[in-house]
Amino acid sequence: MPIQQANWSPYDNNGGTCVAIAGADYCVIAADTRMSTGYNILTRDYSKIIQLADKSVMASSGFQADVRALQKVLEARHLVYQHQHNKQMSCPAMAQLLSNTLYYKRFFPYYSFNVLGGLDSEGKGCVFTYDAVGSYERVGYSSQGSGSTLIMPFLDNQLKSPSPLLLPAKDAVTPLSESEAADLVKTCFASATERDIYTGDKLEILVLNAEGIRREYMELRKD
Amino acid sequence: MMKIDFSGLEPNSLLRGNPNELLSGLSTAPEFQIPNTNDFDGFQKESVQMVKPAKGTTTLAFIFKEGVIVAADSRASMGGYISSQSVKKIIEINPYMLGTMAGGAADCQFWHRNLGIKCRLHELANKRRISVTGASKLLANILYSYRGMGLSVGTMIAGWDEKGPGLYYVDSEGGRLNGNRFSVGSGSPYAYGVLDSGYRFDMSVEEAAELARRAIYHATFRDGASGGVVSVYHVGPDGWKKLSGDDVGELHYAYYPVEPTVEHEMAEASSS
Repeated sequence: MPIQQANWSPYDNNGGTCVAIAGADYCVIAADTRMSTGYNILTRDYSKIIQLADKSVMASSGFQADVRALQKVLEARHLVYQHQHNKQMSCPAMAQLLSNTLYYKRFFPYYSFNVLGGLDSEGKGCVFTYDAVGSYERVGYSSQGSGSTLIMPFLDNQLKSPSPLLLPAKDAVTPLSESEAADLVKTCFASATERDIYTGDKLEILVLNAEGIRREYMELRKD
Repeated sequence: MMKIDFSGLEPNSLLRGNPNELLSGLSTAPEFQIPNTNDFDGFQKESVQMVKPAKGTTTLAFIFKEGVIVAADSRASMGGYISSQSVKKIIEINPYMLGTMAGGAADCQFWHRNLGIKCRLHELANKRRISVTGASKLLANILYSYRGMGLSVGTMIAGWDEKGPGLYYVDSEGGRLNGNRFSVGSGSPYAYGVLDSGYRFDMSVEEAAELARRAIYHATFRDGASGGVVSVYHVGPDGWKKLSGDDVGELHYAYYPVEPTVEHEMAEASSS
């Protein structure tokens, strides 16, 4: 009997787009709530954002089963950290944990495209952007997912922050205020929804600042 | 007739360490989940296509009288899309050793961080710093054990140890070369052209840095997969120091300023 090959793939792409913008003392993290498979919509009301620690929020697009598994691993590791160190993980520490967690599945990757947003230990906004196997860098803003190629050029135009590699160093965070940044994100998604079939339905925005977390929703086109 | 047991020399035997929670991942290579499929190579090929690690880069390093100069661009591309213009391709392993990144971004970041941990453990165990030879060998052995599994790493380890300046090229095929001048990446042919024609052993630090900067700039000019910011580092007897970080767009006009023509000046005068 000839060797049988598997003719199914363990992966699927549920679509969606995530954006995060870092400000001087706040961070905005947003994602749409549409979950699709192929040309079908599975649900219009699925949250892609999770709060991992009191100052770290992750938004992920891609294969939501892998995203959920990744979220559970990170939540469990954060709980262990809290028991061992008697404090919450800082956002840069969570960023490295996420990178290592993704790389440990280097030969069977999590099909998950993540942005991590939050406040660093000085209270400044920070955004970390990842690829599927864990390479990461701290940036002033980022977007991942099916609409990212539509949104990134727009953010580059509006927010172009100086590269952190320049010497003498310049600050990467945007000078925009919190409400201006939230409006910018809404504009991004309204535009991405027009031209990306996998983005739409509803936008979930989280704003993280020294006072805490604020959640907002905005309706997007449902077609 | 008894067969000699060579199983310990199999590359994959280094992957299974002892399952001790605290120490696993430090003395042996960290344990990785392997997918349960008949066609491992085909699966890896597909998942590499799906993940499409960032490739395309220009990095260079050379030894001269005053130590080692290391320079790199900062562009990461996924196929034709530029995923980032601000990637740190020069990785600070410890205060006196640098590594460069070319190939898969996650592979280079992870294994350089792992190398930094091993170097620190060596210092604690032996009460002296590890040599560049030793550090590059540690990395090369790890990469050799994963040979054929799809890692993509083309790195240079540059540092200053008791023997003076050291420079090694290490890649994911298992190659490890000692040398004076290397350039790695899709833009390396262009960088070699500028670097080889301008190189002298007895340059000052400023001259050497300017040579490195020009070489990377010219590579970014001609290679679409390289760009962003040129970073130049110098490794001396007291460790490494970042000398400069310049946007290549601005470097272009610094090297080749636009000559104002009469039409230019008339247009500017009428618009202002």
